[in-house]
Amino acid sequence: MSEALLAARAAGTDTTVPAGSGARQFWRRLRTQHAALVAAAVVALLVLVALAAPLLTALEGQDPTTYHPSLVDSARGGVPVGPLGGASADHWLGVEPQTGRDLFARLVYGARVSLGVALAATVVQVAIGITLGVAAALGKRWVDQLLSRFTDIIVAMPLMIMSLALLAIVPSSFPRPVLVALVIGLIGWGNIARIVRAQTLTLKELDHVSAARLSGWGTWSIARRELLPGIAAPVITYAALLVPSNITVEAALSFLGVGVKPPTPSWGQMLTAADVWYQAAPQYLLLPAGALFITVLALTVLGDGVRTALDPRAASRLRVGTGRRRESKAAGGGTA
Amino acid sequence: MNGFTGFVLRRAVGAAVTLLAISVIVYIVFYATPGNVAQITCGPRCSPEQVHQVARQLNLDDPLFVRYGHFLQGLVAGQDYSTGTSVQHCSAPCLGLSYQSDQQVTQLIWAKLPVSLSLVAGAMVLWLILGVGTGVLSAWRRGRFSERVLTGITLAGTATPVFVIGLVLMIVVCGELRLLPFPQYVALTDDPEQWAWNLLLPWLSLALIEAAAFARLTRASMLETLAEDHIRTFRAYGVGERSVVGRHALRGAFAPVIALNANNVGSAVGGAVLTETLFGLPGIGQELVHAVNVVDLPVVVGMVLVIGFFVVLANAVADVLYAVADRRVVLT
Repeated sequence: MSEALLAARAAGTDTTVPAGSGARQFWRRLRTQHAALVAAAVVALLVLVALAAPLLTALEGQDPTTYHPSLVDSARGGVPVGPLGGASADHWLGVEPQTGRDLFARLVYGARVSLGVALAATVVQVAIGITLGVAAALGKRWVDQLLSRFTDIIVAMPLMIMSLALLAIVPSSFPRPVLVALVIGLIGWGNIARIVRAQTLTLKELDHVSAARLSGWGTWSIARRELLPGIAAPVITYAALLVPSNITVEAALSFLGVGVKPPTPSWGQMLTAADVWYQAAPQYLLLPAGALFITVLALTVLGDGVRTALDPRAASRLRVGTGRRRESKAAGGGTA
Repeated sequence: MNGFTGFVLRRAVGAAVTLLAISVIVYIVFYATPGNVAQITCGPRCSPEQVHQVARQLNLDDPLFVRYGHFLQGLVAGQDYSTGTSVQHCSAPCLGLSYQSDQQVTQLIWAKLPVSLSLVAGAMVLWLILGVGTGVLSAWRRGRFSERVLTGITLAGTATPVFVIGLVLMIVVCGELRLLPFPQYVALTDDPEQWAWNLLLPWLSLALIEAAAFARLTRASMLETLAEDHIRTFRAYGVGERSVVGRHALRGAFAPVIALNANNVGSAVGGAVLTETLFGLPGIGQELVHAVNVVDLPVVVGMVLVIGFFVVLANAVADVLYAVADRRVVLT
């Protein structure tokens, strides 16, 4: 909410809301936020790099998994040979200590894992959250009670701890990145479900929904045609902030050695051994750390921008006090 | 006051029910796994007979709800375990025995708890001071250059994973500048001074990340409160700006901060696992990572439940504090 205020103040977006289609209005509001635009450009570049990883490494003539024992000095414990951590025309960013694997290749393939896992996890979280949230809001009282209590429990369990623990019991034959995405997705949907339930409860009372119900529409059609458009904005807002948080969780799990496992490269996993090598090959630490930082920062700024663009009233609400203290509690809980 | 006592009681009962539900879910998820628990425990090279023997030892032949009943019984009343020749009594609250070392999970956790509590409690003090302080400062300096700098720093803070900031801190402070030795845990009861010095970097790493979230929230809710009518009244009466921001607006921002702090206990525990692993602190987090790597299910389940207990407790306490801090909250 804080950035929303800042951006709205700078751009004056909260003064008048011009009429127009939802999507066009959204783009117009997003365009006025310079920070969000820069962030969007960075995110687009990262996605491009992730998609084009095979192409980029082919251009370099390397791949992320081949060992190059000749490029590390085994007498000195596996320090890369040559200045700058072994950076050369063949290995643009140098090589990994001990194994001699190409760092550039591992970095760009790591982007694939990071973004892919985070996006897939977000899709799972959103799908479960919408389904259970709408079901709770439209269902009978006991259904709502059951689902809401279940959501409370899911929210109460720390995401990191649960995914860490769950990753212990799944057979290792399962493809690891898919597994990590599934685990994060299956645990982290609680807040989305809460938001969707609250929004659906509000929408349910509106005239157009009542009209649809009185015309004899089924629950399913009402949910799909009348409610989904209404819950899209808050869901997109929250999902935009889930992506960077999921990236951090994946990196953390891989850092702990239970997430994506070698030889598949991942930024978090690259950092596991990096502290030992910071003097001999500083880029081995700085590259994955920097990549993580920039990715999460860009996605967070973009998420804030999306929120401002979708809900400019959140910004103006901060100015004209309406005494909605309970809401700020809900918002605080939501972003935590 | 009667209504308040009732509220606290209802909240306590609610927390207990939540904990019970968590234990059921966790037990089902971990012990009714598709993969054979005995096979996982025994390792990939075990013969079918060995697997069968392990399964009998772990009572895996009983139906799931019977085993959960045993588990619950151990938790409430304690339990006896026969480990080959001798019988080991595991007194309540008993979370079972480690598959790896036959040690009681409760004792294992009990031994590691002081480290994790030291880490999280110290970090919490730091992140509340840093976070709320930064938030108040940037609400006060709204629109000025210093506020933009603070906002930028907090944004960077929210975008940095705790293990990245920890790594950088450790390398710069311990490796390059040699201001501190690499952290090694010293118990508070052994040497309080060494305890604090060795935990300084882990505290900072964990606190800096969490503080960013608090700074953002404090700033937002301070601005919200500052826009309210009673603040305008204070100003109209000529109350000084420092008093308006520092006392009256801060009081309004207090309740959301409590709520966020409870919510953040969960994420802070996750951060503590990373911090412990990074700095080599022998706490619950490090033990959990180890247990996960060797698939020591009783330890994993026990740790998850203990952590869940603390998180639920924190949330219940926060709800009560919230009601005390903000009398407008409707007690339900």
